[in-house]
Amino acid sequence: MCREEVQSVSDDMLIDGKSDGAENRQANCVLNEFNADYLKVYYGKIFPYAEIFKWMSYGNDGKHPACDKSYFGRREFSFTLENDIYLRFQSFNRVSQLESSIKEKCPFKIDIGPVYSVDPAKRHAYAQSGDNVFTPVERELVFDIDISDYDDVRYCCSGAEVCLACWPLMTVAIKVIDTALRDDFGFSHILWVYSGRRGVHCWVCDGKARRLTNEQRAAIADYFRVYKGNENSNKKVSLTGPVLHPFLVRSYNEVLKDFFEAKLLQSQKIFSTEERYEKILEMIPDEAVTSELRGRWHENRRSSMSKEDINIFRWEQLKHTLQSGKQKAQGLRRCVEEIVFCFTYPRLDMEVSKHMNHLLKAPFCVHPKTGRVCVPIDPNNCDEFDPSTVPTLAQLLEELNMGGLRTDADNESDGTSLGKSLRFFRSSFMEPLLKSCKEEIESSYAKLQKSKNSLSW
Amino acid sequence: MEVIRSQRRSAPNDVVSTLPLYRSAPPLEVRLEDFESFAMDRLRVLKGISDGLSRGKKPEGMEKLVSEMWKANMRHPQASEVVNKDIISHFVLRLVYCRTEELRRWFLTMETALFRYRFRLENLEAQKALLAEFNLPYKSVSSAEFESVKDELGQVARSISQPLPTADAIFYKVPFEEVPELVAARRVFVQKGHAFVAMNQVVSLVVTQFRSLISKALLLTNRKWMSAIREQEKDRLTPIVEALSTSYLGPDYSQPKEFTEISIKDIDQVAKIFDACKLPVGAERFDKEYTYSIRHNYGREGKRTDYTPYSCSKIISFTPGVGDHHGCPYRHFSEENLRAALGRMGVGGRAVEDVMDKVRNRHYQLACTLTFEAVYGSSCDAGINHPNQYFLESRKILEQKNHTAA
Repeated sequence: MCREEVQSVSDDMLIDGKSDGAENRQANCVLNEFNADYLKVYYGKIFPYAEIFKWMSYGNDGKHPACDKSYFGRREFSFTLENDIYLRFQSFNRVSQLESSIKEKCPFKIDIGPVYSVDPAKRHAYAQSGDNVFTPVERELVFDIDISDYDDVRYCCSGAEVCLACWPLMTVAIKVIDTALRDDFGFSHILWVYSGRRGVHCWVCDGKARRLTNEQRAAIADYFRVYKGNENSNKKVSLTGPVLHPFLVRSYNEVLKDFFEAKLLQSQKIFSTEERYEKILEMIPDEAVTSELRGRWHENRRSSMSKEDINIFRWEQLKHTLQSGKQKAQGLRRCVEEIVFCFTYPRLDMEVSKHMNHLLKAPFCVHPKTGRVCVPIDPNNCDEFDPSTVPTLAQLLEELNMGGLRTDADNESDGTSLGKSLRFFRSSFMEPLLKSCKEEIESSYAKLQKSKNSLSW
Repeated sequence: MEVIRSQRRSAPNDVVSTLPLYRSAPPLEVRLEDFESFAMDRLRVLKGISDGLSRGKKPEGMEKLVSEMWKANMRHPQASEVVNKDIISHFVLRLVYCRTEELRRWFLTMETALFRYRFRLENLEAQKALLAEFNLPYKSVSSAEFESVKDELGQVARSISQPLPTADAIFYKVPFEEVPELVAARRVFVQKGHAFVAMNQVVSLVVTQFRSLISKALLLTNRKWMSAIREQEKDRLTPIVEALSTSYLGPDYSQPKEFTEISIKDIDQVAKIFDACKLPVGAERFDKEYTYSIRHNYGREGKRTDYTPYSCSKIISFTPGVGDHHGCPYRHFSEENLRAALGRMGVGGRAVEDVMDKVRNRHYQLACTLTFEAVYGSSCDAGINHPNQYFLESRKILEQKNHTAA
């Protein structure tokens, strides 16, 4: 509605004979698009510089004598400008510099890199190897999950599209990974962020996580890895061994099985066409079993359907056939789990997690293709997250315009629909994180003092 | 300082490990000849390991390889000197391999692999003792804690086809980042940041520690080398050290043992063998251009200098100019040309793909060895390290064939 009104005004240069109120509405309306002008306003009034600075400082912006004043300045940011110009190794010593640079350059994308041994701006003065090096020293443990990596198992969308039938795959990924990061690896300060279009990012910010080596990051990524797909193999998930590892068992029992049986079977209509059920049959390495099932399903096409959904019905048949007492081959019984894992288990981008110097998009950026803000996702309520309701740039600008005469500049963004996200970011993530950072800084300082004292005589 | 004793007996049949951790340089007097020869012996072992790893040998194969190479190269006439040879050779090679990033990385990989497989070959008591030497703050899990995670430990064991842990099984609770390979393969139970490592997985733990030790030591050694040792020893140890990293370690081909007469008639036969290191040429052209240079190289023309022929590693490092016909073909030929050359030599099918795979991964000598094995249908375990070696080995096989034909 809004767009048509504006277009009609600009096209015809006529003002309809509408009331003043409507004219105001027209003036307040913005085109539902992403563009540099809107972005400028966003960076001018909404982007949370102070929060990003506080986060990236990890407590070193305090007054404590043990605070490392150089810490924030050694962090790499990168900007992608309007015409795809890419600026790497941007660094800032104070939040005011970060703010003025972003406002001036208006980057379409902001990435965050590692904390280096020295200020990235001075990197050319240092060697690549040996003693005096320019090298990453800290970096959050990060994960990137993109729904286009699931294209071979989702029938509703492909590529950049996402809908409510397939988005729950991301929800499942969050649940599985988040639980493992906390229960298995002992991490606490974990931020999940919507990537703006078709996926999610995860930032693990515990001190221990930030100091992991590339090899240790790779180990965690490999621990999470199950799907080993490419076009050439039929069996992209292979779960060997008489029994599964406790991590896989927990993921299956607590998340994957129910999701597959209660939601995905029907939302993706996994067995409803020959093409689709053949794909499942391809994953079963026993001709006798597959031809038996094929025979039954082929027949079913002609007979009248029972009330039960055909996908659920056929899945039950398949399970029964594979898991019945007749099947001695343990590999065959395992097919049931393999099918579930293949369709639902998280597919991570391994390269993103394995290298300290990999750059990742900053939270609260706006996605150029969708205009949506990269907002945090609460892992405890991720079932309720709906990407189609995430605030867009245009929407936020309209809200700002409607807010009109607010004079309290600091809280302008809080009054918009982004306010909820910002409050969540501050209370659920920042507060506990900074408390923990403060404790870490103070305790390492105390240890240092103690050792100094013991030698002072 | 590490106390070196070749055997420590804690119980009648218990021999505690002789696997040193190389934490400090031994205060021993070393003869200059031993300085070099001990290092060469150890280098042979490390290069054998490098070979085994790049051929993709499985762990059982590597264990066997390490055991054999160690026995073959690291003996000493005096039994009491065996451990000293071990330690001295390691420290000499540290000097050799500390000097660049690439050398350090290679040395670290090979020494870590050597340590890993030697550790695996030790008995349980020796392994426990070695683990204790690292002074890690990791305790074995109490029986109460074991009970609380017994089910999960059992699940993990069964998932990797290991027997279920009994009540007296030893598990170590370590920070997960200390055993990255076990975590990556999901071979351990991980809970709240800790991995539960079974006794038979302890090798992973000690290898991580060992690698860290040696890595730090190499950087320190480099610093000392650059700041003091290199200059101080420039007339004594430094030339030996600098030669060791590029040394060729096969049999000595600088002194031709057999005085091989090559007549023009033999050229086609020889040309076949030398196909790999020179362009395949017909007899006439060979006569004009190459007979002279062959006789020159063998001291029969011109300067009468018997040039020590270059080893493969030297040849691989050359870049031929335009019109030059030498240089390692595996390094410098285009894929198309190399496939054609292999075809002319009678290598086909799977063997060609194996050779090309080695070339792509820059293992030029392994590619040559595989070619030799494919052409002659017999294996060459020592690997090709020198063109003369290729020639002599080929000649042996061709002579055998001639004999049986005759």
